Amino acid sequence: MNVGQDQFRAALLDATQPVPEGLTDGAGAPAGRRYSVYRNNVAVSLTEALIEGFPVVTKLLGEVNMKGLAGLYLRRHPPTSPILMLYGDSFPDFVATVPQVAHLGYLADVARIDLALRHSYHAADADAVDPAALAALPPEALIAARLTLAPALRLIRSPWPIHAIWRFNTEDGAPKPEPGGQDVAVLRPGFDPEPHLLPPGGAACIAALMSGATLGEAHDAGVTETPEFDLSQVLSILLAGGAICDIHK
Amino acid sequence: MLDATPRRDRLPAAPGVGYKPRHFAALLDDPGTVRWLEIHAENYMGDGGRPHAQLRALSERFALSVHGVGLSIGGEGPLDPDHLARLKHLLGWLNPASFSEHLAWSTHGAEYLNDLLPLPYTKATLTRVADHIDEVQEAVGRTMLLENPSSYLAFSESTWSETDFLDEIARRTGCGLLLDVNNVFVSATNLGYSPQGYIDAYPLERVGEIHLAGHHTDQDDHGAPLLIDSHGREVADPVWALLDHTLARSGPKPLLIEWDTDVPDWSVLAEEAARAARALARIAV
Repeated sequence: MNVGQDQFRAALLDATQPVPEGLTDGAGAPAGRRYSVYRNNVAVSLTEALIEGFPVVTKLLGEVNMKGLAGLYLRRHPPTSPILMLYGDSFPDFVATVPQVAHLGYLADVARIDLALRHSYHAADADAVDPAALAALPPEALIAARLTLAPALRLIRSPWPIHAIWRFNTEDGAPKPEPGGQDVAVLRPGFDPEPHLLPPGGAACIAALMSGATLGEAHDAGVTETPEFDLSQVLSILLAGGAICDIHK
Repeated sequence: MLDATPRRDRLPAAPGVGYKPRHFAALLDDPGTVRWLEIHAENYMGDGGRPHAQLRALSERFALSVHGVGLSIGGEGPLDPDHLARLKHLLGWLNPASFSEHLAWSTHGAEYLNDLLPLPYTKATLTRVADHIDEVQEAVGRTMLLENPSSYLAFSESTWSETDFLDEIARRTGCGLLLDVNNVFVSATNLGYSPQGYIDAYPLERVGEIHLAGHHTDQDDHGAPLLIDSHGREVADPVWALLDHTLARSGPKPLLIEWDTDVPDWSVLAEEAARAARALARIAV
């Protein structure tokens, strides 16, 4: 009896499906739990990829609960690419739909930080501009300038204190998170990406710059969110993080 | 006088190891007997960052082998053109000494299942695998090595022995072979045949590289030993003996130690490589 790959796949991530007939132990007896080696390899390796890929989510849930969540996710959303280091793009959205973790409202946004850090780590290299180049621009030229930002830059906006939660779970002695929304920029000055807390209006400003707005327009985007918005503070964060790669006057 | 300049355009008949980023500093500081490194292609398919920087640094010192795990050469569906393009890009900028992949499938429709799944050895599989290898070699502009799998079960529909199957694929496509002697030992134990008999039937003249790795022991439904190709411990003594049996027939070959789970300190891996160096030294006298 022939076993096609549709049939082999059908039982692979569903233990209620029988082991396909036509698979043997080499001497003609049914394969039985020999087939389970493949079931185990697939489920365990994908679970490990998710645990490794979402370390702070794993810390928040504990490894046992994370394994359970990963098991649900990998069956509903198996990888669609062999580049496993980037597996889990839809995991944050998935987390937000799982009733068992609904009481951890911030979990999806923390997952977005874990994911952004991975994407940033593997993003293309780009040389940062000399901070003096920006400082040297006269105000009217600065307002009209557009920036090329680093491919490793990522933004996450949240109604939860995600930067404080991230720090509390990764740094010894970090302060306990207080309620309130936080926006984060993931910056990679060398090879190691890190999340940075943005001031109010900062994320709107950077989002505008990423979509090609002028610095004047990006400033307005920040002011729209808070009248006290300070463009120079955001530019300092970007420059320190090596995130400005070109200035177009 | 011996030429001390290491060649990096082909794998030397010397020990290599599967590269782990955590070993970067220790490996450059004291590589011991290690003369070449193998990387998993998919781990270097990002756009940049530290992985690429490390690879560029390592390529100055060592011959490199790119080992793919995600091409799904045995898949019933077509090869993924995006993945093939990524592979071509990596092989293009890195220009490694060797490229290899597996006799297995891992992709089903749009899904990537992250395991090397088994194939029946039939005429239909042979035609499909040979066509896919032709396509890969055409796309990347070089010949590849094809690795024998570790098997936990057999297909009743199979009509070819694995050794004849591999020989025929290599004959049709011109590809070379990557002989994993741990996989031979694991498969032979699990399916009840002689590992030495497998080596004696294997087309050793086509071998461009030999793999060694550790395995774990489980049991099947009837209490028979079921070996798991875990890559998570030292190479087992009977596998070293099988390597000696192989090298006595094949002559010197590039030998790779694979250790992918529960990765040990560099000194432990370096000692495994030294053991491979001693196996090579034994056949030289």
